[in-house]
Amino acid sequence: MANTDATTLDEGPDLLIPGMGEEGETLVVQQAENQPVEDEETKYGTSRADRKTSFNLADFPVLTGEEEDWRFTPLHRLANLHLPEGDEKLLTGAAPAVSVTEHDGVSIETVARDDQRLGSFMVPDDRTSAIAWNSFSEATVVTVADNVNIEEPITISVEGNSTDPAAQHIHVAVGANSRVNLVINQTGKAVVSQNVEFAVGEGATANVTSLQAWDDETIHVGSQQASLGKDSTFKHVVITYGGSLVRLTPITRFAGEGATTNMYGLYFADAGQHMEHRIFIDHSTNNCTSDALYKGALQGKGARSVWVGDVLIRGNTSGTNSFEKNENLLLSEGAQADSIPNLEIETGIIDSGGHASSVGRFDEQQLFYLMARGIPEPLARKLIVRGFLNEIIQKIGIEDVEAAVTEVMEEEIADLEL
Amino acid sequence: MSTLEIKDLHVSIETEQGDKEILKGVSLTIKSGETHAIMGPNGSGKSTLAQAIAGHPSYNVTGGEILLDGEDVLDMEVDERAQAGLFLAMQYPVEVPGVSMSNFLRTAKTALDGESPAIRTWTKDVRSAMDNLEMESSFATRNVNEGFSGGEKKRAEILQLELFKPKFAILDETDSGLDIDALRVVSAGVNRAQETNDMGSMLITHYTRILRYIKPDYVHVFVDGKIVDSGGEELADRLEDEGYVNYEKTQAPA
Ligand SMILES: Nc1ncnc2c1ncn2[C@@H]1O[C@H](COP(=O)(O)OP(=O)(O)OP(=O)(O)O)[C@@H](O)[C@H]1O
Ligand SMILES: [Mg+2]
Repeated sequence: MANTDATTLDEGPDLLIPGMGEEGETLVVQQAENQPVEDEETKYGTSRADRKTSFNLADFPVLTGEEEDWRFTPLHRLANLHLPEGDEKLLTGAAPAVSVTEHDGVSIETVARDDQRLGSFMVPDDRTSAIAWNSFSEATVVTVADNVNIEEPITISVEGNSTDPAAQHIHVAVGANSRVNLVINQTGKAVVSQNVEFAVGEGATANVTSLQAWDDETIHVGSQQASLGKDSTFKHVVITYGGSLVRLTPITRFAGEGATTNMYGLYFADAGQHMEHRIFIDHSTNNCTSDALYKGALQGKGARSVWVGDVLIRGNTSGTNSFEKNENLLLSEGAQADSIPNLEIETGIIDSGGHASSVGRFDEQQLFYLMARGIPEPLARKLIVRGFLNEIIQKIGIEDVEAAVTEVMEEEIADLEL
Repeated sequence: MSTLEIKDLHVSIETEQGDKEILKGVSLTIKSGETHAIMGPNGSGKSTLAQAIAGHPSYNVTGGEILLDGEDVLDMEVDERAQAGLFLAMQYPVEVPGVSMSNFLRTAKTALDGESPAIRTWTKDVRSAMDNLEMESSFATRNVNEGFSGGEKKRAEILQLELFKPKFAILDETDSGLDIDALRVVSAGVNRAQETNDMGSMLITHYTRILRYIKPDYVHVFVDGKIVDSGGEELADRLEDEGYVNYEKTQAPA
């Protein structure tokens, strides 16, 4: 069962937000024909299962912009992070500085690119990721021991200070049965292609929030790939609001059975910002659960977001539960959001699967309800936006980070011209 | 003493086939402390009347007047009407995701009064109003109407009625979907609001049962966009027996 929905709303009449505040469409497939179903858009339509993964840059030709996974990205705004001239000159700028908070049970190392651990939990699956892999000189490795419980968030600060195109690699390994909160806080100015790999050990719980709080001029393409051990739990929350262009590809793969991934995201695009998130959840083992929810608010001329949710439930698996949803709120004319959930089910024995997606303006009924209680229109609109964004903020589960993100969003909302 | 006057109100909506007139000259005057029951067949325009008074943007007033103590209500924005003392308990209360009831109630109360309520007494007021309506305290932290059952949504409307203390309330089928106990609890809430604030009300209903708890001073029969008959409580009993056939030109099933 493949589904590809694209909704683009540029200008035009006010629309309600279908599905906002409601349960998304739930698709339950029982004992369906055991055959892969192809993507309906044949032009771009290879199965996600066929996507090339490789450490070898030569496997990813120079981009034309026609590729399925690049067709929404304005290549001219990538500042050469995609090496449009060919593979000879790699990225040589100074990578953003990395510092990590210290905790008992956590080791922090800076290692050379030939360290054997690097690349053990990820393989690049697009050209920029492969470029970053082949370009970085040193990597940061964060290792959490087995059987530790670290409440205080491990914070990886990534601070950019240069706009020379650069590459970066970060490797995080969480030991078996450990529980950690981890925050990646990306700030400053940078032009960077970045790979982050997470290994979540057997029975471990990793709660990760990645904040893209870059300065206005920053260009960031990044792959964040997780490999989940048996019975582990991985929560990945992406919060993107800073930068000129941010294109993130968060990926979860299951190395063992019985694991759970929750992939959440929130983006707030202002005038001229391009924010693109392409998640991929690869259900390749039995009895795994995934839940994905991304929400975006867009405001101002040229504010642009792209969300692609690839979920692949492979033919040899059973006992999968999977749901994904993306909702976008257009706060002004001239903003544009694309939303493409793509659920591919190759097997007949899943427990449940579904997807939902929406792009819309304010829900006039909500607005009327609040105003009928005496709340003036501008305040009512802000309440609705705040409520819309809160659903993701509440999922971060790290108190200080929730408070900080709430504050940032309050500032964004205060600036709204509603 | 306040007065809500509706004079020869005409309202139409835009449909794909063009404008359609729903209200065809409604006149009604409600004074403080009075309860006016409105009964009429499905689709006759009762909710349209309620929504038009509250100022819903989908309903275009094409003629007539609505006056609150002589002030032109039609000239006011939706929020201004609420601030002036009008309250609509909706037939289908709207879910507002991500906005907690307690935040919503405080924000609305602040907007209605022009100043924020004193923290101490407000919290107490909310709690006791919820107790009276037999609502669990967890509702305060839940999002506005989100996932509430039909009956819970109606209780939440009456909770607001009690806290916001309007001059006039329009209750659009507040009794629909309530079980017998809930009907009693909710009716008691309406009666309390009426007694403590000398509130006037327009009670839209299909059933005489609620009228046993909330005694109407007047009963109006609403058919095809107009009030076609008015009387006392006994009119409701007659409608219960006879239906609306005597009022309808064609004998369409109600
Ligand atoms: N937004 C709308 N679009 C199209 N038709 C509408 C709309 N709102 C109301 N109507 C029509 O106007 C008429 C009156 O509707 P209204 O909801 O006021 O009836 P009602 O008397 O409240 O009925 P009920 O007893 O079923 O609640 C109906 O025929 C309805 O279909
Ligand atoms: Mg109605």
